[in-house]
Amino acid sequence: QVSELVQFLLVKDQKKMPIKRTEMLKNVIHSTAAYSEIVNRAGRTLQEVFGLQLVEIDTKRHTYILINNLPRAEGQYLCRDKEKEKMGLLLVILSFIFMKGNSVKDSALWEFLNLLRVYPGKQHRVFGDVRKLVTDEFARQKYLEITPIPLTDPTEFKYQWGPRAEKETSRKDVLKFVAKVR
Amino acid sequence: NTVMAAQMTNAHRRFLQVLMSNGITEGSEARKLHQHCCETDKVHYAHDKLDDFISTINSHLQPLFMQIRKGISEDDGRAHYAVVNLAETEVTKMASDYTEIELELFRKTMDLIILSENGFASSTDILNLADQLKTKKIKKKEAEQVLKVFVEDKWLSEKNGEYTLHTRCIIEMEQYILSNYQDVARKCNICHSLAIQSQVCESCGIGMHLPCVRKYFRAQTEPRCPKCNEFWSCDIP
Repeated sequence: QVSELVQFLLVKDQKKMPIKRTEMLKNVIHSTAAYSEIVNRAGRTLQEVFGLQLVEIDTKRHTYILINNLPRAEGQYLCRDKEKEKMGLLLVILSFIFMKGNSVKDSALWEFLNLLRVYPGKQHRVFGDVRKLVTDEFARQKYLEITPIPLTDPTEFKYQWGPRAEKETSRKDVLKFVAKVR
Repeated sequence: NTVMAAQMTNAHRRFLQVLMSNGITEGSEARKLHQHCCETDKVHYAHDKLDDFISTINSHLQPLFMQIRKGISEDDGRAHYAVVNLAETEVTKMASDYTEIELELFRKTMDLIILSENGFASSTDILNLADQLKTKKIKKKEAEQVLKVFVEDKWLSEKNGEYTLHTRCIIEMEQYILSNYQDVARKCNICHSLAIQSQVCESCGIGMHLPCVRKYFRAQTEPRCPKCNEFWSCDIP
């Protein structure tokens, strides 16, 4: 059962979607009594064999992600090209948010991206529908946390680092990146 | 006969992670990756120890019913590596990435390919399947798009408007194919692995991979079937 859970988690994580405890119970574990034991063992296996860490990012709703626990390596083996480009855009956005004090309004973010010739309305040559990528994909994958700002009309949103970004990227890495760009 | 399995190091883990995200990795790329991982994680590197390196990982993957498997490309005879799920009885590897409709189209395409003479299914034949799908009939245009995705994701490969199974697909699904297409799937007479593309002896019907044919007949003055000794009628690649 541990091996089943490990495979389930690997497959789910391939798409960088957070995994809910209910999904694990429904699809693999089938027993709330055995749950903690199996999850712990699966976590140890993931660490030992794959160098991945199972992290609970929402203790209320019990959702988990897998993060890469290996020391970051330089070089071109990190990920496929399209992923690399998306990650590049993400890193730029995370840096911007960081430099602006960890929280930015959507209007400010899009103004910044416009400077990089990335527009919310237009299809980008590489990223396609950028607005969808940023507000939908990056948010679902928990790289960005997008919350509505109360008492704004029309509703404005604020962008912050999401839990996956917090765990996978260090602010030190971001500073290094920003320094390189300057 | 149990030997204490070598410990996994971060180099092994990194290698495994990259292999998994690549889907399929060609031999020389795997060797470069081996070196990169050992250097990055400061593990002792010996260029001829890739097999041992992989065995170590495999000994840890075994309890999880997974394995790094080596397969030979039917096109150029080069070795490729993929991480395979041994517990799979269906095309479950793909199940999480594609819709029911796409999976049905894939299974039917696989039928066409395996049942074919030469291991290829024409684009026309596949697109004709589009409106025969039980799950939901789709238009030819949609089917064409789905085929494109299968090629991008390396489940199918395309040559001159014809489709065959990608090396990755063959490595990952060899067991599934051999058990589900038992009477139809061919095994190469030389290397005994599944053969999707093959040359077949006109007299006795045995099949061989094209790279295996090339290697085998290189040493022969006259190309003759290894089983029935009749003159080999196909062009030697």
